[in-house]
Amino acid sequence: MRNTNNIILETAVKVLLFFIALYSVYIFTAGHYYPGGGFIGGLMTAGAIVLLLITYDIKTVVGILPVNFRILTAIGLLFAIGTSAGSLIFDAPFLTHAFGDVHLPILGDLSLHTATLFDLGVYFVVVGVTMTIIQTIGEDE
Amino acid sequence: MTNLIILPILIPLFTGAILIFLNKRIIAQRVVATISSICSVIAAWLVIQKVRTEGVQSLNVSSWDAPFGITLVSDMFSALLVFTTSIVAFVCLLYSFKSIGQEHEKYYYYAVYNFLIVGVNGAFTTGDIFNLFVFFEVMLMSSYVLLVLGGTKIQLRESIKYLLVNVISSALFVIAVAYLYSVVGTLNMAHISSRIHEISINGMPGILTVIAVMFLIVFGLKGAIFPLYFWMPGSYYAPPAPVLALFGALLTKVGVYSITRTYTLFFYHDMETFGLLSILAILSIIFGVIGAIAYWDIKNIIIYNIIVAVGVILYGVSILNTTSITGAVYYLIHDMLIKAALFLLVGVVISITGTSNLKNISGLINRYPGLGWTFFIAALALAGIPPLSGFVGKLLIVQGGFEGESLIGAFIVLMSSLLVLFSVMKIFINGFWGKDRTYREEEEAPVKRLLIAPVILVVISALYGIGSESILPYISQAADTLLDPDIYINAVLKE
Repeated sequence: MRNTNNIILETAVKVLLFFIALYSVYIFTAGHYYPGGGFIGGLMTAGAIVLLLITYDIKTVVGILPVNFRILTAIGLLFAIGTSAGSLIFDAPFLTHAFGDVHLPILGDLSLHTATLFDLGVYFVVVGVTMTIIQTIGEDE
Repeated sequence: MTNLIILPILIPLFTGAILIFLNKRIIAQRVVATISSICSVIAAWLVIQKVRTEGVQSLNVSSWDAPFGITLVSDMFSALLVFTTSIVAFVCLLYSFKSIGQEHEKYYYYAVYNFLIVGVNGAFTTGDIFNLFVFFEVMLMSSYVLLVLGGTKIQLRESIKYLLVNVISSALFVIAVAYLYSVVGTLNMAHISSRIHEISINGMPGILTVIAVMFLIVFGLKGAIFPLYFWMPGSYYAPPAPVLALFGALLTKVGVYSITRTYTLFFYHDMETFGLLSILAILSIIFGVIGAIAYWDIKNIIIYNIIVAVGVILYGVSILNTTSITGAVYYLIHDMLIKAALFLLVGVVISITGTSNLKNISGLINRYPGLGWTFFIAALALAGIPPLSGFVGKLLIVQGGFEGESLIGAFIVLMSSLLVLFSVMKIFINGFWGKDRTYREEEEAPVKRLLIAPVILVVISALYGIGSESILPYISQAADTLLDPDIYINAVLKE
């Protein structure tokens, strides 16, 4: 059931959503050297989607984001397991990650880690699981 | 290969993730699950061979050296259990194909099944006490799903109880680990052991005895020892046969493994805790046997036999001499195989008769001789009739009891064998002998196909008993590591 009287909330959410989403990406990428990472980034993204769910209804949100969150969880798992298991090829202990400093045009000096890919997996899993739980509870009404 | 010991954890984990994608394609799921299960068995076998030739294996995950990072350790004890787990998982999977039904298969049954195996193998392999908790949780969450999947009334009711018990015991687990950490300042199990050794020159400090008892409560809840088994007969009664077989064969054994591991590695300075363990083990045997004899429901009879077996194994552990520990390890593996076989056989019987009440079943052997005799052999193996596998383990445990001058306990273990035999023979005499009956659901049951899985397990169990002479070196190696923590500590900390 859509409550049509929430003009303030709806207008605010339209703007806020992008800020929250952007900030969650920032938190995610900051994760290796500073506080942040895949888990908290994923939770924040899920929070943004939940805000959308509260403002509108499940049907609208499914229309905006036609994502099967269970599949997203599985993709995330594969990312995380795949990056960790990559060390098997190099005969290094499981979960060992590689990194290096790279200079890219425009972006400048970057420190690239395979741990980021692992974290991306965590991010997907967190978004997937949180949204699956919330949708499942929400659908019961 | 450095990462060999993680493969029995990694293969099911990877498979589980892939199976989520395939949730509507049942045939594809079965194929992937079978292949991965076979791979796990092979990997576990390679781990055993490596531990046999090169001693205890350890892997510092993420290249952080022990004791700072998380360490995985495979000694012979855990390697053998991982191998047995992989076999049981493979066989129960075969049984699932014909019995679990499409509704389960479409709702991530195989994926969750694999995650359960991740938890069990992980708990057996980890060398870090907090990581043990994590793997316990992986295992428990999968078991919640497997227990509730299907959504019948009894399953929902029992899931709530099961969930409640396990959430509380998990909380206690974390508290116990926190206590231990505050005393010894480390989580690596080898490091904990060496530190406890340092502070226990004049006997173990009292606080460590408290922690030992807390661990006993936590693991006792999972392992279903007296008086903490109250949740088990109800919860294990609910799920379908292959899930029940997995739970009965694996989950309680993880609790037993954890008690054995923590007590022999950490708390061996204080024989009073072992005395407590011994008393509880004996009481578990007595109460388990009473339950097994009293019930007229085949599921319940076998479920109460789990409690008896847990008691027998822990009694062997509590005596703590070479003979009894060897017996306990031997019996633990035997029990995993034979309990899985018995639960699957019970599943076959229920699929024919549609009931588990013994009073409504009779004369099955007339039309299902294969089922009857397989059950008969499994029953004899459970009770420990030579030359089947239960005999050697019980003999060693009883002998160890006499050596350790614990005559009453050894006598109770002996008496319990007799009553266990009685409890399963009751099923055989009442269910398989007597007048032939017809049952409503009989036509649909693919009995011959269902029988393949339990027959494999019974054959393995029989070979395990007959070939005990050639298996004993492996078991002895496991017992040696358990009795001499220095082997374990040196392998992990590489001092």
